[in-house]
Amino acid sequence: MAANTKHELIERSVFLMIVLTLLTISVGGLVEIVPLFFQKSTTSAIDQKGNQLDVKPYEPLRLVGRDIYIREGCYNCHSQMVRPFRAETERYGHYSVAGESIYDHPFQWGSKRTGPDLARVGGRYSDEWQRAHLRNPRDVVPESNMPAYPWLDRPAKVDDIEAKMRALNKVGLHKYSEEEIAGARAAVEGKTELDAVVAYLQGLGLALKNVR
Amino acid sequence: MADFVSGFWNVYVMGLVALSLLFCVFILASNMTQREEGPVQLHGHVWDETIAEYNNPLPKWWLYLAWATVIFSIGYLVVFPGFGNRQGIFQWSAIGQYESEVAKAEERYAPIFNKYLEQDLLTVAADPEANAMGQRMFLTYCAQCHGSAAQGAKGFPNLTDDEWLHGGEPDTVKTTILGGRMGVMPPFGPALGAEGVKDVANYVRSLSGLASDSLRAQRGQELFAQNCVACHGAEGKGNQALGAPDLTNKSWLYGSSEATIIETVTNGRVNQMPAFKEFLGDAKVHLLAAYVLSLNKK
Repeated sequence: MAANTKHELIERSVFLMIVLTLLTISVGGLVEIVPLFFQKSTTSAIDQKGNQLDVKPYEPLRLVGRDIYIREGCYNCHSQMVRPFRAETERYGHYSVAGESIYDHPFQWGSKRTGPDLARVGGRYSDEWQRAHLRNPRDVVPESNMPAYPWLDRPAKVDDIEAKMRALNKVGLHKYSEEEIAGARAAVEGKTELDAVVAYLQGLGLALKNVR
Repeated sequence: MADFVSGFWNVYVMGLVALSLLFCVFILASNMTQREEGPVQLHGHVWDETIAEYNNPLPKWWLYLAWATVIFSIGYLVVFPGFGNRQGIFQWSAIGQYESEVAKAEERYAPIFNKYLEQDLLTVAADPEANAMGQRMFLTYCAQCHGSAAQGAKGFPNLTDDEWLHGGEPDTVKTTILGGRMGVMPPFGPALGAEGVKDVANYVRSLSGLASDSLRAQRGQELFAQNCVACHGAEGKGNQALGAPDLTNKSWLYGSSEATIIETVTNGRVNQMPAFKEFLGDAKVHLLAAYVLSLNKK
């Protein structure tokens, strides 16, 4: 019995066991995650060299489009993060920096690429292409294995847009003014879900678009 | 890249890293027990009345591997970033590695691109090696709209035929890729009315010899003269300066059926070719333009 009393103390006291386990597994997070909350490059709109980036909170229509992007599970096949490898920057453009995503709540970086990365898709294709492609990808890319999204041709949901913006003001870095919130409904009314998704896609990655 | 808002976080990270390492050392040091002579000791636990646990020392190979990881991590922190703001003696960073990778590739590939940039487009278009490079880039950057065989799609021009919206001169093709193009046909539905649109559609079909209602085509000719000639020309031959398509040939961007033409005239069309100058740069666009030109040689 006597050999290892400390060991036995911990094993017999469930409370002590829980406390010590939590302490041990929290070290990784405390060292690798918590300091990121207090780092300029991860909490403000600057690039890797500290230059200011032109990143703004999503306008109402793009915000709606972003939620449809999440609803349809686009992130299951499309990442939104160009990694700093030449093979990626040749194809997609400048690598992603954390400051670009400060208004992405939650971010859509992802790690799975069945389709191409979309971090810099904004302006890469015409609106017309995006529409045709979302309705049926094979109309423009015969080899494509992306599913078609024909049902997006329906009115976008507008009745929760104000609440959505207020919520982002609370949980994110967003600072939508009362004026912006009041005008949101008018900006989305009459638009289809397709319009919203295309608006969202066309705005992606513009902050570092033309930098190589 | 550690650009903390205050110096505290530097100390915080260093403190926790050092504590963790010391903790590992403490745990390992207090488990360096040797096997003693005589019967193996029991751990002290007894379950189900008779099941007990041996208190053997940790296996030596495991113990020394664990020590090795501690020593490795100290070496790692000396060489690489990780200990607070310290960058490590190699001054390594992900961005630095990326930039050296790019510089190395630039050194290797830039002379090849520049060699072709100095030649004129038609010479490059006749060079099989340049075309192989052009094709690979075409498949990466252009095939999504123009198709993997440059055959085009509805609304996106076929690049293999001899018909050009903005002109097929070598320099014009390059200008198109560099600066992009905007194609806008205004809607004529409100101005012409449903019947008028149908008449014009029939006239337009008659221009390229497609089946049409001759009575409607005759009425359509008048409406065409009033509304369409400014861009498409008196004979419907189009205008490359405006990107207005030639309506007398067999090439149809959106389709030649009566219903499609009615749709085009009623609602107009808007489409855009994006500009590639900033993204790809002059040298790559040069090769792409040459590749596109090579597709057209008979």
